[in-house]
Amino acid sequence: MHKFLLLAKVHSMPVTIQLIINGKPRSFEAENFTVAQLVVNLNLEGKRLAIECNGEIVPRSQFADTPLADGDKLEIVGAVGGG
Amino acid sequence: MLDLLKIAGKNYQSRLLVGTGKYADFAQTRAAIDASGAEIITVAIRRTNIGQNAGEPSLLDFLPPEEFTYLPNTAGCYSADDAVRTLRLARELLDGHKLVKLEVLGDPNTLYPNMIETLAAAKTLVKDGFDVMVYCSDDPIIAKQLEEIGCCAVMPLASLIGSGMGILNPWNLQIIIANAQIPVLVDAGVGTASDAAIAMELGCQGVLMNTAIAAARDPVLMASAMKKAVEAGREAYLAGRMPKKLYSASPSSPSEGLITK
Repeated sequence: MHKFLLLAKVHSMPVTIQLIINGKPRSFEAENFTVAQLVVNLNLEGKRLAIECNGEIVPRSQFADTPLADGDKLEIVGAVGGG
Repeated sequence: MLDLLKIAGKNYQSRLLVGTGKYADFAQTRAAIDASGAEIITVAIRRTNIGQNAGEPSLLDFLPPEEFTYLPNTAGCYSADDAVRTLRLARELLDGHKLVKLEVLGDPNTLYPNMIETLAAAKTLVKDGFDVMVYCSDDPIIAKQLEEIGCCAVMPLASLIGSGMGILNPWNLQIIIANAQIPVLVDAGVGTASDAAIAMELGCQGVLMNTAIAAARDPVLMASAMKKAVEAGREAYLAGRMPKKLYSASPSSPSEGLITK
């Protein structure tokens, strides 16, 4: 993974990054990918959800300013029925 | 008579808190909750289904957070860390909402709470500014410790989650209630209306239930029954029951004026 990151830095061209989202790997082709872009990409725009990146909560107000990097682990959660 | 349930500084008219799980569909969930009269409803926090239809309805469409007080729970958490993490996500999800239901389970078969982890999570959450309603065993010492930590309500089980076995240890509940300066609510184990009424007659400030309503043959009708049971039990508690006697030498009708005398 470290080698890959170095290469990605040398060639500043669109790269494929892999994120672990809710436990499953997903690939995205994008440069300067942010949480806000991810939300749009996953068709979750406007949905009430909360996002954690590598164990830290990303406040909704900071979605656009939070860059994502290869290997980031994200949890995207919502409210469901429960007792 | 104005008799409100006060939790974390906010007043509620209904003393029945209900879960939103195990219903056939969202319409039934909504109908049952309306029939229950509940103002506080529990929800679980789970991974969003990635790739589902964008237009697919969600629980929140049927139960708008503006209409109800959401009580996000930590169902399915087996450690203090997981519970705290879940409720921090819930707070973000619900725009800074502080009122939460903490439950840390100890065993997947019985769903009995792990009180050591629960105490640890409660400490962290209270320090972090949450208003913690905590699901707990019916141990009076643990209940008092949770109060001392700063929880805003303790919610001992009547019997195991989803068991419908009713109140198995009313004596412990009575001790917890007698010692508590914060609301005591029975959470889990209620099976039918009389169980809810008994909990309220013992002096509980409220009852939280899910399965007893959702798993009834007619959940909406059972929700209505539970509403009445909680109200009846509360009124009976406030009214103060007559003392129990093995028999009474004082009949309800006058002893004077009998035609046979």
